[in-house]
Amino acid sequence: MVSIRINGVNRRFHGDPNMPLLWYVRDELGLTGTKFGCGMALCGACTMHVDGGAVRGCVTPVSFADGKEVTTIEGLDSEGNHPVQRAWRAHNVPQCGYCQSGQIMSAASLLNRNPDPSDDEIVAEMAGNICRCGTYQRIFAAVRTAAQEV
Amino acid sequence: MSGIQNLSRRDFLKNTGITGAMVLGAQVVPSPLLAGARAQSTGASIQPNLFVSIAGDGMVTITCSRSEMGQGVRTGIPMILADELEADWQRVKIWQAPGDAEKYDPAGKDGQNTDGSRSTRHHLDVMRELGAAGRYVLEQAAARKWGVDPGEVYAKDHRLYHTGSGRSFDFGDVVDAAAGIEVPAGADAPKLKDPSRWKYIGRDMPVVDNYDMSTGGADFGADVTIPGMKIAVVARAPVYRGKVKSFDAAEALKVQGVEQVVEIPPLPDDKPAEFRALGGIAVIGTNTWSVLEGRRKLAIEWDDGPNTAHDSSTYDDQLRAAARDGGHVIRDRGNVDEAFAAADQVLEAEYFVPYFIHTPMEPPAAIVDANARPVKIVAATQSPNETRQYVAEALGVDKSEVECQVTLLGGGFGRKSKPDFACEAAILSQMTGSPVRVQWTREDEIRNGYYHAASAHRMKAGLDTSGKVTAWHHSGAWPSLIGLWAPAARTGHPIEYGLGLIDTPYDAVPNLRIENGEADVMIRVGWYRSVNNIQHAFAMNCFANELAAAAGRDPVEFLLELIGEAEVMDLAKDGVEDPWNYGDSVEEWPIMPKRLSNVLRVAAAKSGYGKPMPAGHGLGLACHRSFHSYVATAVHVVVRDDGSLHIPQVDMVVDCGRYVNPEGVKKQIEGAAIYGNTVARHGLISTTRGAVDQSNFHDYPVTRMNDAPLDVRVHIVEDFVHLRPCGVGEPGVPPYTPALVNAIHDATGKRIRRLPIGDQLKSA
Ligand code: FES
Ligand code: FES
Repeated sequence: MVSIRINGVNRRFHGDPNMPLLWYVRDELGLTGTKFGCGMALCGACTMHVDGGAVRGCVTPVSFADGKEVTTIEGLDSEGNHPVQRAWRAHNVPQCGYCQSGQIMSAASLLNRNPDPSDDEIVAEMAGNICRCGTYQRIFAAVRTAAQEV
Repeated sequence: MSGIQNLSRRDFLKNTGITGAMVLGAQVVPSPLLAGARAQSTGASIQPNLFVSIAGDGMVTITCSRSEMGQGVRTGIPMILADELEADWQRVKIWQAPGDAEKYDPAGKDGQNTDGSRSTRHHLDVMRELGAAGRYVLEQAAARKWGVDPGEVYAKDHRLYHTGSGRSFDFGDVVDAAAGIEVPAGADAPKLKDPSRWKYIGRDMPVVDNYDMSTGGADFGADVTIPGMKIAVVARAPVYRGKVKSFDAAEALKVQGVEQVVEIPPLPDDKPAEFRALGGIAVIGTNTWSVLEGRRKLAIEWDDGPNTAHDSSTYDDQLRAAARDGGHVIRDRGNVDEAFAAADQVLEAEYFVPYFIHTPMEPPAAIVDANARPVKIVAATQSPNETRQYVAEALGVDKSEVECQVTLLGGGFGRKSKPDFACEAAILSQMTGSPVRVQWTREDEIRNGYYHAASAHRMKAGLDTSGKVTAWHHSGAWPSLIGLWAPAARTGHPIEYGLGLIDTPYDAVPNLRIENGEADVMIRVGWYRSVNNIQHAFAMNCFANELAAAAGRDPVEFLLELIGEAEVMDLAKDGVEDPWNYGDSVEEWPIMPKRLSNVLRVAAAKSGYGKPMPAGHGLGLACHRSFHSYVATAVHVVVRDDGSLHIPQVDMVVDCGRYVNPEGVKKQIEGAAIYGNTVARHGLISTTRGAVDQSNFHDYPVTRMNDAPLDVRVHIVEDFVHLRPCGVGEPGVPPYTPALVNAIHDATGKRIRRLPIGDQLKSA
C-alpha cells in the first residue's frame, strides 16, 4: 500500500505500485488536468510536483511518492491564481491548451527553486515541455512576468 | 442568408441544448442558393442551424458548431455575433454543438469538418446578420414594454435605452416580451452596425477557455468518463494493410486490471482505408496503465501484407524519377520548350520533402457507447459529422442513430478530421457490451497515422540576358491523399494541385508549365496543417532564390518581378479547368498577385532587409498564398561555426483580408512559425520494409523552446480590410521553411534542397 498526500488530501493506493503517477491521478482520482503526451518523459505534458519539485508523472511510479506531497495543476492554487497562472492569462499563452498544465507546473517549479531565473535558465528548464501549437514566445514572456511577482 | 426566425418557446429546441426565454435561429445557406432560400423563408418554417439565446438573467448563449483545436474558433465566431447584438462579452457563454452536418452545413460546403482554415470566412456574414437580428428583436421587445416607438429604442452594452425618457432595461428584462416578434427580411432586414462602431470585431480578445486552460479544467478527448466505461489500447500492424496472423494474449491477461483481449477485424481487402478502423489486437481494462502493460505483453505474429516494398531507401528515388518524368501537364502557358531553347541560361534543381506526421500534443482519443440508442460518441474530433458516419458504418446502424459530442481538441492539424480512432472505440464497445474509450499513444500516432505526403520537385527555368525569367517549369510527384478512397490513384487530385502548385503565383512569367508525375500510394497519406502548400512553397521560393543568384540580382526584387502586380491571376487562361480554390468561387476569392507582392515588400521593410549583416548572419524571405491569404516571412538566422542555428528574429506579414480577432491572428501566425520550424529542421518520417521507423519524440523531434524563434513579429496588413475574410490557421506555415533556407544561403552560401535541414549544415 502507498500513502500519498495529493493536493492536500491523504490517499491510500492498494494497486500496482509501479503504476505511474500520471495514470493514478487521471484514472483513479479523476484529476484530468495532468495530460498524457508521450509516456517517455519527452514532452512534459504530465508534469506535476512531488515535494515541490517537478517530475514527469508518466515515468514516476506511485511508489516514488509514498509518504510525499504531490501537487497537480488542480492543486497549484485553490483559485487558479498562482502567479504563473495569472501571467499565463495576461500573456494569452494557450492555443489548444493541452500542453499548458505541464508548462505551468514546470514554470512554477523553476520559480520555486530559482525566483530570478536568467533567460538561458528559463529556456533550459522549459525546453523539456513541448507545445505543438507553438506558444513558446508567450510562455517565455509569461515566465519572466511571473518571476517578477514571486 | 435566408430568414432569421424568432424561435422563442418553440418545442423543437428542446433537443438542441439551447435554452432561454428568447431564441433566434437562422438558416445559413451559400450565396448561390440565396434566391431560392429567400422565397422559401417567406413560408412558415425553415430549419434553423445557428442559434443564439438570451435567458431571463440576460445570459447570452451562442452556438459554436466548429471544433476548437487552438485556432480560437470558440472565441472568434461568437465575438462577431456578440458585437452585432451589442452584448457584453462578460455575459456570453458558448455552447458547443454536436455533429450534425444537415443542420450546421446544409449546403454541403465543409461537412462541418473544421479544416481548411475556413470557419471565419464561412461564418462572418451570417453571424453578423444573426447578431443584428437579435438586437432588433430586443429593441422591439423593449419598445413593447414601454409602449413607445421602436425607433426610439437602441441597444448598447447589454442594455436597451429609450432616447426620450432615458429609461433603460437589461437584455434579460425584455426577453419575456420577445415571443412572436418577426425578423423582417430583404430590404427591411435589421441593419448591420457600421464597422466604425464595432466594439469586438477587430479588437484583441483572449480566448474564452483561457481560465480553464490555465487551471487544468479544460476537457479534452480522454478527460471525459461515462459510467461503466472501459479503457482500451490497440496493437496495430506495423505495415499499412498488414494483418494479424496469430496472437497469444495469455501474458497480457495476467496483468492486474486487464479484462479482455479481442481482435478488431482488419480492413477488408476490397475496402479503401478512408477513416475506417485499421484492425488489430485490443487490450481492454479498467485503467490506462493496465492496458498499456497488457499490450506490451501481447505476442503477435503479423502478416505484413502488400506494402513491404515501401522503403525510403528506394521510394524516395522513385519519387525523384517521377518528378523528372512528369507526364501530366496541369497548367500550361506559352511554350516553355521554345523559351528554354532561346534562353541565355537554363537552370535546374531538385527539391525533396519527406513524410511528416501531425503529432498534436493530445494523441487521438474517443469514447463510444455502441449499445445506447442513440449511439453515443464523445471525441476530440475536427469532423463530428463524419465521425458519426464512419461509426454508423462500423456498427451497421443508420447515421441518424448516432450522436457525436465534441470535446476540446489538444491540437488537430488535420489528424483529427479522420475518425478511425472513434471507429475502433465503436467496434470494441459493440464487442464487449460496455462503453469504451480508445486511447492512442504517441507511438500509435507516429507509426499508424495519416502521413503528410513525401514529395519530389524538379524545377527548371530559363533566364534571358538581362536576368529575367522567360520560362518556369515545375514538375512534382507525391503519393496522393486520394489514395485513402482510391488506393490505385497514381496522380494528384485538383485539391492537391490547388494547394499552391497549379496556382503558382509567378504570374509575370510568360511561359510556365506545371506538371505532375506518378507515384504509388503505399501508406495512409492524409492532410496536415497547410498540406501540399508546404513543399510547393519550399521548392518555388528556394528555386527563385537560386535563379536570382545565377542572374546576379537581388532576390527580393527578383521575386517581386516574378509575381508582378496584376490585380487578378486567371488560371483559366492557362488552361486550368478546375482551380479548386479551396472550395470557394474565384469571383469571391480571386488569386491576387498584387497582394502577394505587397506582403513581400512589407516583410522586406519590417525586417530591415538590405542592411549589412555580420558574418554568419543571414536574412531570407519567402512568400506564399494559401487558403486565400497572403503571407510573407523574413527569417534572420545565425549559423554558428559548428553548424547549429539561432533565429533571433522572424517577421511575418499577413494579409488575411477582414479579420475578427487580431490577437487570434497573431497567435496563429506565431504558432505557424514554430510549426514551420519543425518542418524545416526536424520533420522526417521514413519507412523500412513498409514500417515507419520513428516512434516518439526522441526519434521524431519537434521544435522545443531551445531551438524556437522567440521573437516572431506578426504584422497584419491593414490596407485590405474591405476584402473577404481569408484563412489564418494554415497560411503562416508554408513560407517559413523557404525563408529560413534562403536565410541560411544568405549566411553561408549553402543550398538546402532536401528537408529536414537536420545536421546538413554540421557536415559542411
Ligand atoms: S507524457 Fe510524460 S513527459 Fe510526455
Ligand atoms: S497550446 Fe496546444 S500544445 Fe501547447
